[in-house]
Amino acid sequence: MAGFLAWIESRIPMMRVANMHAIQYPAPRNMNFWYVFGFLATIVLVNQIVTGIWLTMNFEPSAERAFASVEYIMREVDYGWLIRYMHSTGATAFFVVVYMHMFRGMIYGSYQKPRELLWIFGMLIYLALMAEAFMGYVLPWGQMSYWGAQVIVSLFSAIPVIGPGLVEWIQGDYVISGATLNRFFALHVIALPLVIVILVFLHIIALHEVGSNNPDGVNIKHPKGSLPDSEKTPYKIHEYYTDKYDIADDVVPFFPHIVLKDLVAFSIFLFAFCYIMFFAPELGGKALEHPNFEIANPLKTPEHIFPVWYFTPYYAILKAVPNKLGGVIAMFAAIGFLFAMPWFDRSNVRSWRYRSGLHTTNLIVFAIVFIFLGYLGGTPQEDWKIFASRIATIMYFGFFILLWIYSKNEKTKPVPGRIPL
Amino acid sequence: MKNWIALILLVPGLALAAGSTVPLDDPEIDLNDKASLQRGAKIFMNYCLGCHQMQYQRYQRTFTDLDIPEELGDKYLRFTGEKVSDYITTPMPEEDAGVWFGAPPPDLSLVARVRGPEWLYTYLRTFYVDESKTFGVNNLVFPNVGMPHVLEPLQGTPRKAYDRRLVDGEMVDVYVGLKSDGNGRLNDEEYDLAIKDLVNFLEYTGEPTRLKSESIGSLVLIFLVIFFVFALLLKKEYWRNLK
Repeated sequence: MAGFLAWIESRIPMMRVANMHAIQYPAPRNMNFWYVFGFLATIVLVNQIVTGIWLTMNFEPSAERAFASVEYIMREVDYGWLIRYMHSTGATAFFVVVYMHMFRGMIYGSYQKPRELLWIFGMLIYLALMAEAFMGYVLPWGQMSYWGAQVIVSLFSAIPVIGPGLVEWIQGDYVISGATLNRFFALHVIALPLVIVILVFLHIIALHEVGSNNPDGVNIKHPKGSLPDSEKTPYKIHEYYTDKYDIADDVVPFFPHIVLKDLVAFSIFLFAFCYIMFFAPELGGKALEHPNFEIANPLKTPEHIFPVWYFTPYYAILKAVPNKLGGVIAMFAAIGFLFAMPWFDRSNVRSWRYRSGLHTTNLIVFAIVFIFLGYLGGTPQEDWKIFASRIATIMYFGFFILLWIYSKNEKTKPVPGRIPL
Repeated sequence: MKNWIALILLVPGLALAAGSTVPLDDPEIDLNDKASLQRGAKIFMNYCLGCHQMQYQRYQRTFTDLDIPEELGDKYLRFTGEKVSDYITTPMPEEDAGVWFGAPPPDLSLVARVRGPEWLYTYLRTFYVDESKTFGVNNLVFPNVGMPHVLEPLQGTPRKAYDRRLVDGEMVDVYVGLKSDGNGRLNDEEYDLAIKDLVNFLEYTGEPTRLKSESIGSLVLIFLVIFFVFALLLKKEYWRNLK
C-alpha cells in the first residue's frame, strides 16, 4: 500500500496538495462561528451540482415540456421530489450562507490589504451566483419564472442605444420564449457552474496565499526569524508556509481542528436545512413562490411580480429611483460599491473589535438597511414603501461614503501583536 | 404597550388581506384523514372533472395513496374511459372550453399550491346569485369569475342576504352574508364539510409526497440531533488541550 501511494505521489502530488491546502494549513485558533460559512457554501455548492445533475436527467428544457417535466420529477421519479427540494432549498441556503460569509468579511475587515483580490474573487462568485440563480429560477417555467425573467431582462432595455438590441440578443427572440429557456438551461447547467467552480478554486488559492483573517484581524504569519522558537506553533505546518514565515503558536492545523469545528456547524446547518426541505420547502412562498406552481402564461400578468428573496434588496433600489435607466444604474452601483469595499475603507485596522463605535454602528445599520430593502422589494408596492425605499437606498450608499470619510482618521484601539487567548 | 404589540402583529395581516376584501376561512384540513380525502376525490370526479383536469396526477397513484381498492375506484371514481394508469384528464375539448368559458378551465393538480387551502375553501363557499353575469352567479373571493356554481345541487341556491335595520334613524337593508335557499342536498354544515374534504383532496394532489416527506424528515432530524452531539463531543475532545 505504501509503495502504491509513493508510486502515485511521484507522478501526481496528491498528498503534497492535501497537506498544503488542508491538513497542514495554518488556521487562527480564535476563528468563531462567523468562520463556518465559507465551508458551508462549499458544501451547498457540491449539493447544487450533484442534485442538479440528477435533475437534468429528467428535466426537459422546452416551453412545452419544462413545467410538466418538473411535475414529473416531483411525482413520478423515485425520490425526485427530494432531489428537487434539495436543489431549491439549496439555492436559498446558498444565499443565506453567502450573505453571512460576506458580512463576516465586512465586520472583521477581511477585504483589507492584502486580501483585496480575495474579496474581488468572492464578489465575482456572488455575481456569477446571482446569474446562476436567476436562470435556474426561469427553468421550471412557472408564472413567476416567466414574468420575473421578463422584468429582469427588460432592465437591459434601459441602456441607451444598444438596449433594445441587447434584450433581443439575450432572449434569442422578441419576447421571453422557449428559445430563452433553452439558452438559460445551457448557461445554468454548464457555463455558469464552470465559472463558479473555477472562481471558487481561485478564491481558495488566493485565500491560502494571504492566509485566513480572524475575529481580531491579527496576523498569524510573522517575518522569517522574528519569533523565538518558543513562540512558534508546535503543530506540523506545511513547509510552503513555514519556509516563508514564522507561524505563531496561536494557530491550529486545518485538519482535524477546523474540520471538526466545521462539522459541528455543519450538523446545525443541516438541521435547519432539512427542516425547511422536508417540512416547508416553499418557505411560505419565499423559496418557491406560489404563482410559480402555475404554468407560464404570456397573456396573464400576475398581480404582483417579485424576484426571489435574495434579489429583493436590489429590486427595491431599482424601484426607488423614478427613472428606469437611473434605477438600473443604482442597482448595479449597489453591487459595484461592494466590489470596491477594500478601497472605501482607508483604515488599516481590520476588525470592528478595535475600531470606533461609529464603524460598528455603520456596519449594523448597513445590515439592517439591507434586510429592510429586501423586505421592501419582496412585498406588494404601497405608497409609504416608495418613500422608505428611497431613504433606505440613500442609507445603503451612505454606508460606503461614510466609511470612506471617517476611516481615514478613525480613532481605533491598539491592536495586539498576537491573538489574545 | 399592549396596543403597540397588537398593532405590530396586525400589520402583516392587513397587508395580506389587501388583495381581497373577504376574510379567508381556514378549513383545518388533515392529509392523514383518508376518509376525508376519499370523499373529496369523489366530489372532484363527479363535479369538477367535467371541465377541470389534473394532467399531472394519475388515477392509480391516487387510489394507492388514498387506500382506495382498484375495483371501488373504477366503480366510483373513474368514469372517463381512461386506463387506471392514465392521468386524470377531462373529456372536454380544450378549444371548446376556451369558447364556452372565455378561457380553458385551469388544471387543478397544483391549484392548492397556487391559491392555498384557505382561499379554495372560502372561494367554493362564496358563490351567490347575480343575474348580470353569464352564468347567473358571482363570487365574493373571485369577483366576475367565469365559472358556473357547479356545486349548487349540493349547496342549494346561495343568495346575498339582507336584514332591515334602523341605522341613523333610517330603515336600510344591511348585508349580513350569503344564505342558501335550502334547495340543495346538503345543509350548510354538511356543505362546509364537503368543501373541506374537496380542499383536502386538492391539497393532496398539489403535493402527493407531503406525508412521506414529513415522515422521512422526522427521522432525518432525529439522526441529525444525535450526529450533532457526537460531532460536538469529538470537537471538544480535540480542542480540549491545544498545544
